[in-house]
Parts: sequence; structure tokens; C-alpha cells
Amino acid sequence: MSASSAVPSADGRLGPAFRDVGGTSFVDFLSAHAPHLLPGGASNSSGASTVAAPHGTTIVALSYAGGVVVAGDRRATMGTVIARRDMEKVFAPDEFCAVGIAGSAGVAIEIVKLLQVELEHYEKVEGTLLSLEGKANRLASMIRGNLGNVFRGLTVLPVFAGFDLAAGTGRIFSYDVTGGCFEEFSHHSIGSGSVFARGALKKLWRPGLDREQAARTAVEALYDAADDDSATGGPDVSRRIWPSVAVLTSSGVAFLSEEEVEPVVREVVEARADNPGGAR
Amino acid sequence: MTFGMYVSPEQLMKDRADYARQGIERGRAVIVASYATGIAFVAENPSRSLRKTSEIYDRIGFAAVGKYNEFENLRVAGIRYADLRGFSYDRADVTARGLAGAYAQTLGTVFTQESKPYEIEITVAQVGTEVDQDQIFRLTYDGSVSDEPGFVAMGRDSERLTEGLRQRWAPGLSLAGMLGLCVELLGEANRTRTDSALTPDQLEVAVLDRRRPRRTFRRIETSMVRILLTDGGATQDLPSPDDTTRDT
Repeated sequence: MSASSAVPSADGRLGPAFRDVGGTSFVDFLSAHAPHLLPGGASNSSGASTVAAPHGTTIVALSYAGGVVVAGDRRATMGTVIARRDMEKVFAPDEFCAVGIAGSAGVAIEIVKLLQVELEHYEKVEGTLLSLEGKANRLASMIRGNLGNVFRGLTVLPVFAGFDLAAGTGRIFSYDVTGGCFEEFSHHSIGSGSVFARGALKKLWRPGLDREQAARTAVEALYDAADDDSATGGPDVSRRIWPSVAVLTSSGVAFLSEEEVEPVVREVVEARADNPGGAR
Repeated sequence: MTFGMYVSPEQLMKDRADYARQGIERGRAVIVASYATGIAFVAENPSRSLRKTSEIYDRIGFAAVGKYNEFENLRVAGIRYADLRGFSYDRADVTARGLAGAYAQTLGTVFTQESKPYEIEITVAQVGTEVDQDQIFRLTYDGSVSDEPGFVAMGRDSERLTEGLRQRWAPGLSLAGMLGLCVELLGEANRTRTDSALTPDQLEVAVLDRRRPRRTFRRIETSMVRILLTDGGATQDLPSPDDTTRDT
């Protein structure tokens, strides 16, 4: 079937593509009838050369008593140049989950946008929410679909977190480029600064953190990532650009406001004066 | 060689229309109407799983009467249409008018070309920031589309329901007032047949709440319907989205 048949035909009808019975996946609908709209779908895979495009960097996710905190720095880099200072890399595709992305920014944002439509589409068609594993698996198949782009330097790696209403706990999922999806316990980090962030999380994370401690730990980990990785943005006090911090609890996902994040960041910066190693 | 008996096109269309109308007349009624803070969908429907109303997009809702499999097919097609459009253009570019046009073309084609017309009637509504910006489109089995200001009633006794709404509907009604009016009108029609009043658990109620920022569609559970209908006017509306606190 040609791609153009997915748009209503010249007479404006909802053609057979729209009225197929049984599909609840928007991604499947696109790949069958409008594959050019899928992330990376427009690119022809001939030519092995890589593309220079903005890359997003470090994201951390950690569990705490009430759920999960996902936080990311705001920098995007292109080679040695800072492409953006105020990029958002943590998103809420629906009310009960959040996804942080590292890697090729343009493709990643497209994947998040598609995931959001995918989850909402299922909810509208079926009348119920997808389970948390279901959501994590949908994201896995999209990452797998991006495998062709990986060879051109357009890798996308997400970390997915959600509040599992059935189990009553927050959960974290990590991915590899082939779409492997693994559940992480306690904490996880991704992106170029992830090694350093992971070191910080290992030392600072402990079971039963409260919300404030969890947010503080996330900011500490991002600080350590920025300290040693040039592609991760540190606290930008002069421009007042703060990390994005999402908190997932039983009542859904909420982003901390700038007024909430600013004092946490200032405290961390303050505490590191004459003590670059930070909290211990 | 044998020829079928000649049937004039007028007669053919009339037979098809009568067939579709009879099917629709058997279906339980649905009312779609604007109120102060949204658009309400009120259906007489004892089933909790086979729904007559649905979310289509951020500010667009759907209601239907008639054969379930036929309107369910168009409901899902409408969701695909809206999601595809919103994904490839922008969320703001998905409109009820566009969807109503696509439904009209589809129903019109089915009516003239397929062996049997769809026995359904559909309403597509888009909530605005004020009552006078609400758009309610009614689509019938033959693909006719009409822009109905304020309210629509479909299904069994629709003429009587429409007349009742014409006399008593006002743009400033609260949700409780609107719901009370719908229950009274649907109940009157119900009483003549079954001799019993309509209870909240026989209703399917959903709203497009114009105060919500993005997805405005919300189903209203039976318990909330009961509160809105029976607590003597103390609760006139759903809690405002600003009132619901989100905290750990």
C-alpha cells in the first residue's frame, strides 16, 4: 500500500487503512500506511557516512520512598560546540511515566513524541491504560526501529521510569541500542556523563530516601557528571538554567518548578565551594 | 440472461434511508450539550464496557447511537485520523470540522455504494474556551452533516428530546443542571416504555471540561453522577483542575 493512502484520499474519506479492524498501536498503523512519518523513516539507508547533529547528554533516574526521580542536565552538544544550553531532555509521555533521553536530540524528541501518541492512542482505542511493562516494551520496539540510524551516528538511548499502579512502586527501565529493555533497581544513569553520575549515585543513594533527598542526590550526580564530562552542562547560575527534575508518585508525574530546583542547585554549588568532591 | 426487477433510484434511496432510520430508532438515546464549563455527553447505557461516547483528541469528543460494530469502526478510524493529523502537523491542527467532513464522506460513500447503509448516527463535538465557541456536528447515516448550536439528541425519541432541549436548554447551565435536565428528558422517554425511573447506574456520562489544559475528556463515574444529581445543588460541577493538588 502506498504511503499516501494513509492521508484521507482526494474525496476526504476515511479509507480502508483507517477502518482496519483490531489495531491498537499507532506505530503499527504508521509503519503499515505512512512509514515515512516514523523516526528515521524518511532517511534512505544508503551511505555509511555519519551525520553531525546535536546530542543530548546525561540523565539520572533513582528510586525513593514515594516513587522515582528522573533528572537531566540541559546541554546539547554538536562536536565540541554547545548546541543548546536550555534543552529539555526529560519528558512525560503520559500522566504516570517519564522518559529521559540521551543521544541524537532530533531523533530522540521524535521518538518521545511518537511514544506519547502511541500511549494515548492505545488509551483512547482500548479505554484503559497500558501496563507499565507494556509502555516500556513499546519504547523498546521504537529504539529497535532506530537501529539503522545507529550506524550513521544517530543513536538514541532512553531511560524510562514510571509509577506502577498495580505494584504500588516506582520502576526504572534501561535500554540498549538493539531495543533490549532491562529493569533497573535503585538507580541508573545514561549519556556521556553517566559514568561519573553513576559513581556519585553509588555513594549517595540509599534505600528510603525522601523526595527532597532524592532530588538533591540527582542534582549532586549531575554536578559530578558535569564536573568531569565536557558535554554535560553544569549548573548555569548566571543564566539561571537549572536541571529538569521529574518526580513520579502514585498521583502521577510532576516536574519540579524552577523555584523548587533553584535552591537545591544553589545549596549543592555552595556546599562544593572549597570542597569539589562534594557530599560524603 | 435474467434482469433484476427495475427499482427507481428514488425508491432505492428511500428504502435504504428507511432501513437505516429504523435501526437508529431502536437505539437508546444520547444527548450532547454545552454547559458553562464544558460539553456533556449523556447516554442511556447500562453497559460499563460497550461505550457510546469516546475521547477523540485533546478537545474533541464522540458520541454515537445505532449498531455498535459500525460506530465502533468509525470511532477507531476517527482516533487514527486525529492522531495521524496531530502527529504530522501539530496538535492545534486537529479540528472537529475536519473530522466531521471525513466522517460525512465516509458515511455518504457507504450509504450509496455498499450493500447496506450504516444504521448509525454520530455527534462530533469540540469544546472551546467559551460556550459560544463550542462546535457540535451531527452526522446521519447518509452522510448529511449539520452544525448544531448548543445541543444534539440522537436515537430513540430524538425529536421529543430535541423539543425538550429547545425549550429548556440555556448556555449558562451548570453541569448538575445540565445533567438533571438530561436525566429528566431521557427518563420521560424511558417511563412511557418501562414504567420505571432512570437511575445513575443506567447512564454513561462523559464531559469535555473546557478548564483543563490539554486532554479535556473525562468520564464521570456513577458515584459522581449520583452526587451531582442528588445532593440538592451543593455540587454544581466537577472539581476544577486547579483544586486537585498533586503532592507526594
